[in-house]
Amino acid sequence: MGAATEPVLKAVHLGISFGGLKAVSDFSIEIGESELFGLIGPNGAGKTTVFNLLTGVYQPTEGGFYLNGEKMNGKKTHQVVEAGIARTFQNIRLFKKMTALENVKVAMNMKMKYNLVDAIFRTPTYWAEEKAVEEKALELLKVVHLEDKADTVAENLPYGQQRRLEIARALATHMKLLLLDEPAAGMNPTETAELLDIISVIRNHFKISVLLIEHDMSLVMKICEKIQVIDYGETIAFGTPEEIANHPRVIEAYLGKDEEENEC
Amino acid sequence: MFKCGRSNRMKKIESKKVAYLLNFIAICIFFGILMILFKKEVFGSRTSYFQGICTTACYTIIMVASLNLLTGFMGEFSLGHAGFMSVGAFSSAILTNYLAESGIPSFVLFLMCLLVGGIAAGITGIAVGVPALRLRGDYLCIVTVAFAEIIRVAFCNFKITGGGKTMSGITRLSNFYWVFWVMVICVTIMYMYVRSRYGRTVMAIREDYIAASASGINVTYYKVLTFTISAFFAGIAGAIYAHYMTAIIPTNFNFNYSAEFLTEVIIGGTGSLTGSVIGAAFLSALPELMRQFSNYRMLAYSIVLVLVMIFKPSGIFGTYEFSLVRVINRLLGKSTTGSTASKKTVQEVE
Repeated sequence: MGAATEPVLKAVHLGISFGGLKAVSDFSIEIGESELFGLIGPNGAGKTTVFNLLTGVYQPTEGGFYLNGEKMNGKKTHQVVEAGIARTFQNIRLFKKMTALENVKVAMNMKMKYNLVDAIFRTPTYWAEEKAVEEKALELLKVVHLEDKADTVAENLPYGQQRRLEIARALATHMKLLLLDEPAAGMNPTETAELLDIISVIRNHFKISVLLIEHDMSLVMKICEKIQVIDYGETIAFGTPEEIANHPRVIEAYLGKDEEENEC
Repeated sequence: MFKCGRSNRMKKIESKKVAYLLNFIAICIFFGILMILFKKEVFGSRTSYFQGICTTACYTIIMVASLNLLTGFMGEFSLGHAGFMSVGAFSSAILTNYLAESGIPSFVLFLMCLLVGGIAAGITGIAVGVPALRLRGDYLCIVTVAFAEIIRVAFCNFKITGGGKTMSGITRLSNFYWVFWVMVICVTIMYMYVRSRYGRTVMAIREDYIAASASGINVTYYKVLTFTISAFFAGIAGAIYAHYMTAIIPTNFNFNYSAEFLTEVIIGGTGSLTGSVIGAAFLSALPELMRQFSNYRMLAYSIVLVLVMIFKPSGIFGTYEFSLVRVINRLLGKSTTGSTASKKTVQEVE
């Protein structure tokens, strides 16, 4: 893991404030190749804000972040995605009225080369590329076990499958870093188990680093190699799952401060 | 199961080429029928009247289909589409007035008019689109209304556009046979646009623009591109209009006219080009066909609109596209290839 040459993602003192409110401050992180990194924290800690910073939805007011050494500050969302950071959303955002297959194809658009003339005259370039994209999209659907739902309209899929389709769509962008925003939220244990399988397949098969926000502690502890905990926009702890589980400030952030109990 | 599904899919792509050919033949047959009807003067003295209705229907179809590109596929309402039509109409009319005595064959002149009208409107589209498409929904809608008003008032005051008086004496270049094929080509281009990566992208933006940009789509670029294409075709429709009416006045292209197109898009079905074609043809012919009920015809027209909205709020076609191949397959009882396609449509209609 993480051949220690250059981290895939490196954020240095990243921060943003809205008016006087510092939503995230001094956020630094280094994620190596195909590393699974967990980002946890209580509600309102600024986890999703970190995601929004890393995907160009917000521009950081301090610090910067780099993907494979390339500076990402100031890029728009679609440029960041093109550079190789893709994400899923906390509240699923699929193209609801489009089929599963089309959802994946949309994300492949930026890699497609045929132009308007090819599209209008249906040139061989058009056919070849559409065929290639169709095959590729089906393969990605297979990765998330949705190959038999290719023609189903996204909004008709059950919740767990919608989550997986979102991952397939993110995969279609050929990213190097995948940001998963609470992928297991609202899933039952079976669906969660299936999701874990998919995440490990993604990492091993596609050599992708994953940054994961999750509330399900058991899940984070089980699969993440490193965990960073933030609260009120500040990093309060960083380390392996064992270290985090016993870290006094983490316990404090999640359970509240209680002097007597701490002494016990 | 998966393997089998894939080979079916690949076959589907192959069969699309056959479908294009079939549709083309069907259009030729349809055109042939109309031509025979008109040439044999089946309608007697009313032949040219019917031809006129058909010509009107043709440019309305182009207008409505182009507006549907915006409303149905991109999900943005425009209440100023007549503004683009106006730009196309006046720019092409100015061109013909210059070239009227130059002896250019009228067919070439007609094509030049269409191009000039389309390009002028397209450029206007970019000029309006770049600043306006930062807005969405209601706000964009208001901007388009304002744009159409600006165009109308400007053209009423420019000397070159007649200065508020009727600009008359434009050579009559639009005849039904040419206009029909222009319409076919325009609608085909729009269909090809929609059924390509561009259309997919535009629909994704309609569904969720945040997710679209998170999937690597440059939302602004595709919105402006679609807006421009839509304006381009509106300009072409305008050019046809100018050379069919031979006299145009800026106040014709008012808010009511824009609203009429939007009505036709919604009645036909937002997100269905077939719906636009049928809706536009139907609604532009309806007031004419009901002329014998003179006083009541606008009443009946309104009642038709209300009824469609009550019983089929998504429009006559919804997002359904008519497919000749599907119909043929069903007639032949071939359910195998049709099943996936028709299932998909059922879901789309829902």
